[in-house]
Amino acid sequence: MKLPIYMDYHATTPVDPRVLEAMLPYFTEHFGNAASRNHSFGWAAEEAVEVARKQVADLLGANPKEVIFTSGATESNNLAIKGAAEMYREKGNHIITCVIEHKAVIDTCKKLEKLGARVTYLPVQKDGRISLDELRAAITDKTILISIMTANNEIGVLQPVAEIGAIAKEKGILFHTDAVQAAGKVPFDVNQVKADLVSISAHKMYGPKGVGALFVRRRNPRVLLAEQISGGGHERGMRSGTLNVPGIVGLGKAAAICQVEMAAETARLRALRDRLNTQFHKNLDEIYVNGSMEHRLPHSLNISFAYVEGESLLMGINDVAVSSGSACTSASLEPSYVLKALGAGDDLAHSSIRFGLGRWTTEEEVDYVVEKLTNVVRRLREMSPLYEMVKEGVDLSKMQWVAH
Amino acid sequence: MAYSDKVIDHYENPRNVGSLPKDDANVGTGLVGAPECGDVMKLQVKINPETGVIDDAKFKTFGCGSAIASSSLATEWLKGKTVDQALAIKNTDIVNELALPPVKIHCSVLAEDAIKAAIADYQKKREDGKAVVLADAHAQPTA
Repeated sequence: MKLPIYMDYHATTPVDPRVLEAMLPYFTEHFGNAASRNHSFGWAAEEAVEVARKQVADLLGANPKEVIFTSGATESNNLAIKGAAEMYREKGNHIITCVIEHKAVIDTCKKLEKLGARVTYLPVQKDGRISLDELRAAITDKTILISIMTANNEIGVLQPVAEIGAIAKEKGILFHTDAVQAAGKVPFDVNQVKADLVSISAHKMYGPKGVGALFVRRRNPRVLLAEQISGGGHERGMRSGTLNVPGIVGLGKAAAICQVEMAAETARLRALRDRLNTQFHKNLDEIYVNGSMEHRLPHSLNISFAYVEGESLLMGINDVAVSSGSACTSASLEPSYVLKALGAGDDLAHSSIRFGLGRWTTEEEVDYVVEKLTNVVRRLREMSPLYEMVKEGVDLSKMQWVAH
Repeated sequence: MAYSDKVIDHYENPRNVGSLPKDDANVGTGLVGAPECGDVMKLQVKINPETGVIDDAKFKTFGCGSAIASSSLATEWLKGKTVDQALAIKNTDIVNELALPPVKIHCSVLAEDAIKAAIADYQKKREDGKAVVLADAHAQPTA
């Protein structure tokens, strides 16, 4: 087993060697501009892009013409939301999203609010999922867009996207979903979900960084977006800029591999994730899984180790790469807004660790992480005044704390 | 984030972790911070009432590595100091010793607060003790 161990696959993934191999010729041999229509260099590049477009479309159950290549999911989210808000502003100015969306969605919505849009940020329930009743209640005759992620990046919880899509369709509202964490990991079909706009990113599915895609529905309804990057009119005029051919080839290949291997990979990672969870629960008391266990990505686990602070936990496992929702690990000194939204209390947000398993995670690594982290939790609890007080029977919620 | 060697040393080999009997008249306990803020420090001192010197100090901390190191260092410094010397310890002394970055200064502030709270608790016990002794000189402590 090689150290350090990478168990932060929600943050990013390594490029699969098969993906890299597919990309390499497009840096050197086939370096053409896909927009060069009058020579073979351009044709070779364009052909590779169209193969990739089909591979991405196949993964999502879409038509290749509905795939727009971008620089990544942040850009896809910006284009989907800003582009739809601008294009359909005559129809309405109300957008519905959710408090645990990625910042690329939330901050895009905040920007639109400054420009006069009205945005509803739906809360989530204890399990991390939105309430469909609250969604229905939030819809007005001015609502033009619902943007709810497929799976959350911190807690791995899957939203009821098919139900959301059905509601949006019934009301004639566009439905955008940020599917970055879910695409390639769990089955996702744009028609089954009735999504109109879907953001994905290559580097979350063993492709390269700096490339992503936006699915834009072409039929029933035909969705139009106002361009956010102006220029040569590439990508059906929705996203100008010379295509990142090697990146796009990599995204396509990554999508194709995910599609073929998804079933086996999911089963393997689910077993490893469950092993991780079961062993932690066997070894330690007072640990809590954040978010629904039932509606969750198979490779994802987020646990709060009560009475131990997250950054000090990470310090004790410096040969394991995971991340924490603790304030101390963020620049803002605020604990994770996602965990706070679950209503479990800020103290549990400070104690949380996110585990993301992936293509190269082994059982040996899982066992190593369990043993190492168990020891650190035990050691830190020995020096935790909170754990001591709880063991003495003190109710921490009834204490008068001096906040600082 | 990169930690200084001293922070890592205190995190890996914390000095004086533990608890003193908090009902002991010569023990002062300071509990500062809040769980929702991500750090809570319990710092205790045992003071010799004859000499006013801190004989023993213990801590328990819920917090990041810098918070653990700040409280561990504080207990190390407190031992052998008089109450007045202990009260003269400033958070900036801790910042300098541990080379804490700006975002971790609040950890040192918390440690200074914990020292002050522990000594205040000891002094309050002494005051209350005197009052009890004066009010009821015949009271027998229950074993």
